[in-house]
Amino acid sequence: MQTKPDTAPDAPAPDVPLVSVRNLKTWFEIRGGVLDRMLGRDAGTVKAVDDVTFDLARGEVLGLVGESGSGKSTLGRSLLGLVHATGGSASFEGQEVVGLDEPALRKLRSRMQMVFQDPHAALNPAMTIAQSVGHPLTIHGRLKGRDEIRAHVAKTLERVGLSPADTYMDKYPGDLSGGQKQRAVIARAIVLDPVLLVADEPVSMLDMSVRSKILKLMIDLKDQLGLTYLYITHDLASAKFFCDRIAILYLGKIVEIGEARALYAGPKHPYTEALLGAIPDPDPTRTIPRNLPRGEIPDAAKPPRGCAFHPRCPRAFAPCGWELRDLTPVLEARWAGMEEQAHLAERALIGEIPAEVMEGTTARLPAATPGGGADLLAMLERIRSEDPAEPFWTGIKEMRAEADHVAMEFHPALTPRLYAEGTTAAACHLLDPGLTHPRAAAAPVL
Amino acid sequence: MTDSPHTPVPKPQRFPALRRIFQPVAETRGFARFMLWTGAVLTGLFILMAIFAPWLSPYAFDQYQLAGVAFPQTAPPSALHPLGTNVQSTDVLAQILWGARTELLVVALALILALAIGVPLGLIAGYFGGWFDRIMVLVMDAMFAIPSLLLALVIAFLLGSSIASGIVVAAAAITIVYVPQYFRVLRNHVTSVREESYVEAARAIGAPPSTILTKYIFFNVIQAIPVLATLNAADAILTLTGLGFLGYGVQPTQGAEWGYDVSRAVGDAASGIWWTTLFPGLAIVLLVTGLTLLGEGLNETINPVLRQRAATRVNMEDEA
Ligand SMILES: Nc1ncnc2c1ncn2[C@@H]1O[C@H](COP(=O)(O)OP(=O)(O)OP(=O)(O)O)[C@@H](O)[C@H]1O
Ligand code: SF4
Ligand SMILES: [Mg+2]
Repeated sequence: MQTKPDTAPDAPAPDVPLVSVRNLKTWFEIRGGVLDRMLGRDAGTVKAVDDVTFDLARGEVLGLVGESGSGKSTLGRSLLGLVHATGGSASFEGQEVVGLDEPALRKLRSRMQMVFQDPHAALNPAMTIAQSVGHPLTIHGRLKGRDEIRAHVAKTLERVGLSPADTYMDKYPGDLSGGQKQRAVIARAIVLDPVLLVADEPVSMLDMSVRSKILKLMIDLKDQLGLTYLYITHDLASAKFFCDRIAILYLGKIVEIGEARALYAGPKHPYTEALLGAIPDPDPTRTIPRNLPRGEIPDAAKPPRGCAFHPRCPRAFAPCGWELRDLTPVLEARWAGMEEQAHLAERALIGEIPAEVMEGTTARLPAATPGGGADLLAMLERIRSEDPAEPFWTGIKEMRAEADHVAMEFHPALTPRLYAEGTTAAACHLLDPGLTHPRAAAAPVL
Repeated sequence: MTDSPHTPVPKPQRFPALRRIFQPVAETRGFARFMLWTGAVLTGLFILMAIFAPWLSPYAFDQYQLAGVAFPQTAPPSALHPLGTNVQSTDVLAQILWGARTELLVVALALILALAIGVPLGLIAGYFGGWFDRIMVLVMDAMFAIPSLLLALVIAFLLGSSIASGIVVAAAAITIVYVPQYFRVLRNHVTSVREESYVEAARAIGAPPSTILTKYIFFNVIQAIPVLATLNAADAILTLTGLGFLGYGVQPTQGAEWGYDVSRAVGDAASGIWWTTLFPGLAIVLLVTGLTLLGEGLNETINPVLRQRAATRVNMEDEA
C-alpha cells in the first residue's frame, strides 16, 4: 500500500531469504514447587524449540506442522521476539532478532505480524473493531488524525471481506461471528503493510464452513500484498493446499522439511509417514491425527534420548536412543493383552522401572525380590523371544543376571541429523548410509 | 463479502461504550433489580442530605443556643427540635444532616485515595511480576491480616498529632485499610488477563507496556471496581463510625459524626432518653444498608454479563 517505513530496505537481493533461522533454541526453565526453589533444585527444562534451522524466501508459504506441544507456536513467537529465544539465530530482512531489545523489536513488528488461533481471545473486548484494527497505525505513528485512520481502517476491512466496512467499524468483538472476528484479526495484522505473517492455526477454532473462506482470503492477500507466510497447523491435510514447503516438528526439532509436493509424495521420516497415514480420516472433531503409532507424546521436560521419536517409531533400531524406561510401555502393551494370572505372575518378578532419563549405556533393572535376578533375566529373554520384532530389543547389546538385578548394556544413543535427498530432508538414522538397519540386513525378503 | 449479517444495519450510536456499560443496569430483573434500586434510593437520600445540609438543617452542627438562649439538654422531640437535643445541647436533626456530609466526604476521599494508590500498584505488580510483585503481595497481605478497625486506629493515632484536619486523618486511616483490597483484586485480575491472547496481540502490533496496561488491560479489569468500591464504602462507614465511637475519628469541633454521637449517648437510653441514640444509630444502619444493597445489586447485575461474555467464547456461533 502507500506507506513504507524507512527502515525497510526496498530492494534486497532476490536470493537472500526473508527469514533465516539457524540453530534456534527456545528453552523454558520450569519453575518447580516452593520446596524445589528453596533447595535451589532445577525442576527441569522444556526444550520447546531445539536447534531449528530453516530459511523462508520472500513470497513463500512455509507450513509448520506438528502435534500439540511440538513447539510450533513457540517457534513462531520466537521469530517475532514475543518470547526470547535462548540461543541460535533468527534473522529477518538481514536483521538479527535473537537478543534484540524490546524497543527495537517493537519497531520491527511493523514488518512482521501475527494471526492468532482464537480470534475471540485475540481481540480486546473493550475496543471496537475500528479501534483494534486502527491501533497499530497510531502506535507506529503511521497516520495522524482520526479521519485519516478511520479511512485507512475502512479500506483494510473491505480488503479482508468485512464489507461494507461501516457495518463493522463500531461493533465490539462480541457482536461478530468467529469468521468475522478472524477477518478483523487479519485486518489488524495487515494494516501496517507487513511482509511476514506468522499465522498460528488461523482456522482451527473456526467452523468447518468458514475455514476454506479464511484460507482463500489469506491466499488472496498473499498475492495482492506480496506477503510471506509461516503457517502453523497440526493439520497436514490443510497444509497441502496452502504451503509451498512444509516443516514437520516433533518435540521442538524439525524431523523433516522440504518442498510440499515431494514431501507428500515420498515422506522420508517415519513420523511424517505416520502423520500422512492419518490423513484420510475426515473427522472434523479430531485435533490430533489418528492412527499415530503406539504411545503418547513424551513429557517435553524429559524427552527421549537419541531420536526423540524412537519410543513410538515402528522402524526404530539400535542407534535410535533406547533406554531402560522404554521398557515400561513395551511391558504394559504386552500385559494388556494377557490373562490376569499370567500378567500378575510376570509383574511379580520385576521391580520398579526407573522413569528418569538414563545416563550412559548401562542400566540395572531391579528384581522384585532379593536374589531374583536370574528369574527376571529368564522372563526378559522369554518376552524377547515371543516378540522379536519389538524394536526395543534392538537397542540392547547384552543382558546379564546379577544377584538382585539384571544388568543391561545399551547401544549408544545417536541423535540423527538432517539428511537431504532431492527437495526434502529428514532427520532419521534410516537415511544414514553408514548405519545398517538390522531387519533390512537380516530379512531382505518380505 | 459472504459473511455480512442479514440483520438490518443499526444506526450508528453516539456513545456505544456508555450504552454497553448501562445496558445491563436497565435490563436487570427480579431481586437484583430490587436490591439495586432500594440501595440506590437509600444512598441517594443520604447524598442529597450531605449536599444540602446547610439548607436542610435548622441549625449548625455545633450550635447549642439561639439568640442567646441556650438549647435545653436532652430535650425530647419538639417543634423547635424535631428529633430532640442531645447531652451537649446540640440539635439531633442537625447532627444527622451534617453527619451525612462528614461520613460521605471522608469515605469518598478515602475511596479515591485508596483507588489512586491500590489500582496502579495492582496493575504494575500484576503485569510485570518479579520481585516488586512479590514484595508488594507480602506487604499487602500483612496489612490485610490486621483487623481493619485496629489498623485504622493505629494510623489515626499516629497521624492525629501532626495533621490538624480530622477529616484528612480519618480519610487517611481508612485509605490505608482499603488499599490492600484494591491491590489484591486488581493484581490477581491482571495476572490472569495478562495471559490473554489479546495482550500478546498488543505486543505483536508493537504496543509498549504503558499502552498495553492502559488500553488493553485496564479496561478489562476495572469492571470489578464499582462493586468492590460500593461494598467497601459500606464497610468504611462502619470503620469511620467505629473510630468516632472510640474517640479517634473526626473531632466534634470539626464536624458532626454519628459514631461520636452514639458514643456520647450510650448512657441515655437507660434513663428513657431514646432519641439521642436511635436517630444516629438508624442513620448508620440505613446508609450502610443502602450501600450494601447497591453493591450487591451491582454485583448481580454486572457479573451475569461478565459470565455471559465468558460463555460466548466457548461456543462460538458462526455464520453461514
Ligand atoms: N511460557 C512457557 N513456559 C513454559 N513452557 C512453555 C511455555 N510456552 C510453551 N511451553 C512449553 O513448550 C512446549 C511447546 O509449546 P507450544 O505452545 O509451542 O506447542 P504447540 O506446538 O504450539 O502446541 P499446540 O498445538 O498445543 O498449540 C510445550 O511443552 C509447552 O508446555
Ligand atoms: S531415527 Fe528414524 S528409525 Fe530411528 S527412531 Fe528416529 S525415526 Fe525411527
Ligand atoms: Mg500452539
